[in-house]
Amino acid sequence: MKAWNLFYKQFITYGGYHSVLDGLLATVEIAVFGLLIGVVIGTLIAVVKVMQKNKLIIKILEKVCDCYVAFFRGTPMVVQLLIGYFVLVPALGISLDGIVVAIIIFGLNSGAYVSEIMRAGIQSVDQGQLEAGRAVGLPYSVAMMKIVIPQSVKNILPTLGNEFIVLIKETSIVSFIAVVDITKAFRSIGDANYEYIVPYLILAAIYLVIVLGITYLIKLLERRLKRNERSA
Amino acid sequence: MKEVLDGTPLISVRGLEKSFAGLKVLNGIDIDIKNGEIIAVIGPSGCGKSTFLRCLNCMEDPTGGSIFFDGEDIADVKVDINKHRENIGMVFQQFNLFNNKTVIDNITLAPIYCANKRLKAIKRKNFLTKLLRRPSEELILVDKDKKTIKAEAEAEARELLRFIGLEEKADAYPSTLSGGQKQRIAIARAIAMKPKVILFDEPTSALDPEMVGEVLDLMKKLADEKMTMVIVTHEMGFAREVADRILFINEGVIAEEGTPEEIFDDPKTERLKVFLSKVL
Ligand SMILES: Nc1ncnc2c1ncn2[C@@H]1O[C@H](COP(=O)(O)OP(=O)(O)O)[C@@H](O)[C@H]1O
Ligand SMILES: [Mg+2]
Repeated sequence: MKAWNLFYKQFITYGGYHSVLDGLLATVEIAVFGLLIGVVIGTLIAVVKVMQKNKLIIKILEKVCDCYVAFFRGTPMVVQLLIGYFVLVPALGISLDGIVVAIIIFGLNSGAYVSEIMRAGIQSVDQGQLEAGRAVGLPYSVAMMKIVIPQSVKNILPTLGNEFIVLIKETSIVSFIAVVDITKAFRSIGDANYEYIVPYLILAAIYLVIVLGITYLIKLLERRLKRNERSA
Repeated sequence: MKEVLDGTPLISVRGLEKSFAGLKVLNGIDIDIKNGEIIAVIGPSGCGKSTFLRCLNCMEDPTGGSIFFDGEDIADVKVDINKHRENIGMVFQQFNLFNNKTVIDNITLAPIYCANKRLKAIKRKNFLTKLLRRPSEELILVDKDKKTIKAEAEAEARELLRFIGLEEKADAYPSTLSGGQKQRIAIARAIAMKPKVILFDEPTSALDPEMVGEVLDLMKKLADEKMTMVIVTHEMGFAREVADRILFINEGVIAEEGTPEEIFDDPKTERLKVFLSKVL
């Protein structure tokens, strides 16, 4: 009971809920914008990977993409955050908010993972779809954008949803670059009295609710897209 | 028999060759295809019929020879192939309707895209004319916007759907259609671009027998409208009835060609005789 009272005082009376709400917003922002950037980058890389390698420029592009993916999959995200915030941003001589750096790094990182997901998705679409698009005179890029990629997204939606869940959970490391996310907000509440049981259990519960919520939304979306296909 | 039209050929194929990673599939094909002509391509499975057809719109890039179409050698990788493909329709054995689009969107996708592309090009040209105050250049009249382009394309698509007898399927998705319906819509999608020629790769081979007739009937209707067609087919009766000329491909070359009468009633080469004895 004492633990609960201490938490209540910190959370309500001393206004801890403000930082929790701000932290929640930061968590969601980083994950959502990170995923959006990741989908764009991942799609571009995936298209390069499935293109016919009959031109030198495409071969070079593919090598660049390979290096990119290797770096972001081969190093911990914390390290990427640290390099971004404490090395690259100062080196470029610009000033960026921690949260902006976090969004960019999460986007770049997730781009590496989404590229693999997206490539599998593109390959799951029958080659005839692209051919039919090209045969009516659409350029490669248009046929991909209007025909192949929409179908592949439908196929990979569950996996893409997983990636979003991974991102949500991974945002808990952004306090390394002084961003207050929801984890950091609850830790501060605990730090005030060195009383962590209640804040951390509630923190876990919040993550769980978010993740279950996303899982549910994705199921809903999937069903809608499937129905769309069948409707006469 | 239909009169054979003369004039310059629509497509001139010269010494066409195609290899896949060392495997030579086409070994020097020469053929002139005239406007309004209907050509059936027959031959044993694996002889290169599909490859030949797919080279005609550069779905496969030829590895040798030339294909003259609209005054350009489209086998040359430097030509803008998309521009030419607008004029060369293709119908596939597996239909390949766009699964994420409704029937009407399947038909209008490319016409709308191409019309918008032309509109943009005209606007860009007008803009430059105005900007540079070129007195010699007339401004091109822009009588359409994106909305009217879409409306016109949809009206034409509905007209086409009426023509193929599938008006009520305009808003259906391909997965809800039968094979025969899918193939008729695939043909409508090709016609919607108003192509100069349509290439058919075994258009009835993936169909249940009871649906073959409806697709062949539609193709006969196109033949009546003097559409130029190149048709790879195993339907010998259809080839005999509709084609002006038949090409027998064997081992990557045109082994024999002639009118249906010449090919079916009086085959010259041993190969063709053997082939016909198996399929007829
Ligand atoms: N993309 C490809 N890669 C490698 N070989 C191919 C490819 N397409 C066709 N071939 C080969 O070319 C030959 C002719 O094929 P195809 O033109 O499809 O024959 P047909 O349509 O007359 O049955 C076959 O031996 C086939 O295996
Ligand atoms: Mg074939």
